[in-house]
Amino acid sequence: MDVELFNITGLSLRVTGLALLISSLLGIPAGVLLGLKNFPGRRLVIALIYTGMGFPPVVIGLLVYLLLSRSGPLGSLHLSFIPPLFTPGAMVIAQIIIAFPLVAGFTMAAVMAVDPQLRQQVRALGATQGQAAWAVLSEARVGVVVSVVAGFGSIISEVGAVMLVGGNIEGKTRVMTTAIVLETRKGNFELAIALGLLLLGMSFLANLAMMRLQGRSLPQ
Amino acid sequence: MKPPVYRLTGVEKRYGQRCVLRVEQLEVEAGRILALVGPSGAGKSTLLRLLNFLERPDAGQIEFEGQPIPNNGEVDLNLLRKVTTVFQQPRLLDRSVVDNVHYGLRLRGIKDAKAEVEAVLDRLGLKPLVHQRARTLSGGEAQRVALARALVLQPEVLLLDEPTANLDPYHVGLIEEVITEANRQQGTTMVLVTHNIFQARRLADRVAFLLNGSIVEVAEKEDFFTWPQDPRTQAFIQGDMVY
Ligand SMILES: Nc1ncnc2c1ncn2[C@@H]1O[C@H](COP(=O)(O)OP(=O)(O)OP(=O)(O)O)[C@@H](O)[C@H]1O
Ligand SMILES: [Mg+2]
Repeated sequence: MDVELFNITGLSLRVTGLALLISSLLGIPAGVLLGLKNFPGRRLVIALIYTGMGFPPVVIGLLVYLLLSRSGPLGSLHLSFIPPLFTPGAMVIAQIIIAFPLVAGFTMAAVMAVDPQLRQQVRALGATQGQAAWAVLSEARVGVVVSVVAGFGSIISEVGAVMLVGGNIEGKTRVMTTAIVLETRKGNFELAIALGLLLLGMSFLANLAMMRLQGRSLPQ
Repeated sequence: MKPPVYRLTGVEKRYGQRCVLRVEQLEVEAGRILALVGPSGAGKSTLLRLLNFLERPDAGQIEFEGQPIPNNGEVDLNLLRKVTTVFQQPRLLDRSVVDNVHYGLRLRGIKDAKAEVEAVLDRLGLKPLVHQRARTLSGGEAQRVALARALVLQPEVLLLDEPTANLDPYHVGLIEEVITEANRQQGTTMVLVTHNIFQARRLADRVAFLLNGSIVEVAEKEDFFTWPQDPRTQAFIQGDMVY
């Protein structure tokens, strides 16, 4: 049982970790771009991101399911880099789509909260556009970390989407949340509770980190 | 005589429908201090933003060292780095004082300039504050750090927007000394925005009077204060309200 617990938790962390990494690599630059640059279609993109931030994860799961299923628009292409359904790769894709709008949206808000005067003054000191954007991003660093933590919280505890696209296959795609559902149904409360406590601990740590960081950003 | 650093012709700046600046003609001479005086809202800070290429004119032309600057598109980085501004409301980075002063040099890829940074900090009486978080500085301290981070770059042109507004008389004296020093020793061209007629008298070589976005009068300091040509300049010098 301990091995099972270990394996399930490990897979959860690997899937969520990879999804979070990719969401951050895409979401942070996207947030900076949206926060600092005016381009045609910006308002539309922001509206889409706000929608994505509140989108029911299970619907995203359904969408990814339809896309990846063997007769779906992506699944039917049989390309090696498109993961088939019921694999960890499919779960990673669903989690990226869930976490990306959160990372991008919160990063954008943090960047927009930095006084525009600061960017101008940094420019006057001789910064390139890129250097100035980096300066703004590092002023907004607390908010950026908060955006990543929020992304983590949203996908580590998500159950509907990973259940749909992963299929909760033992030893392959069974993660903490789906295992809890299954073990509880089976009446195997011991494992369910252990997983539940672990998950709770992780969310708690993430939220604690977030609160500490937010507290630091408040004026002393 | 050297050609002027800046030559402005017919320069206009609009915000929305409103034209806040209309400068028919203005030259900033190399190595000299031009004081820009005028009431609040006259467009002084706006003019400095144009001179630092942070904003671009909606009409007219700015020439820098004889080169016309296009009114749109990205300004050449080498050009941008010849000029810097000490802003009316300095925004420092959320780092230590010394990091703030180092910052502009780092942007230029200069990593070890400890001696230069320390010299500037020392000159402005900031030595005891080097490791303090910039956010926790008083208004006057922040203003001195803003001057330090500009001076350390040894720019060709230094634009100063009310650099002594938050300071006590001792530090006003100190900053005026440092400004004069940089001008005399390094030949830095300066445009100094000030509300303070006496400061303009103490520091400037030439004075321009800006009112409602237009330059009413530009003259050598002595002429400006002794024989002002325009009645509005006379009134301003005498401390009357002008609108
Ligand atoms: N970004 C902006 N958008 C709209 N109006 C602006 C903007 N910046 C400046 N203005 C307007 O342009 C006018 C000139 O402003 P500016 O800051 O240049 O005045 P100033 O001479 O520096 O005044 P002060 O002595 O109070 O600093 C003001 O009426 C101001 O409201
Ligand atoms: Mg001003």
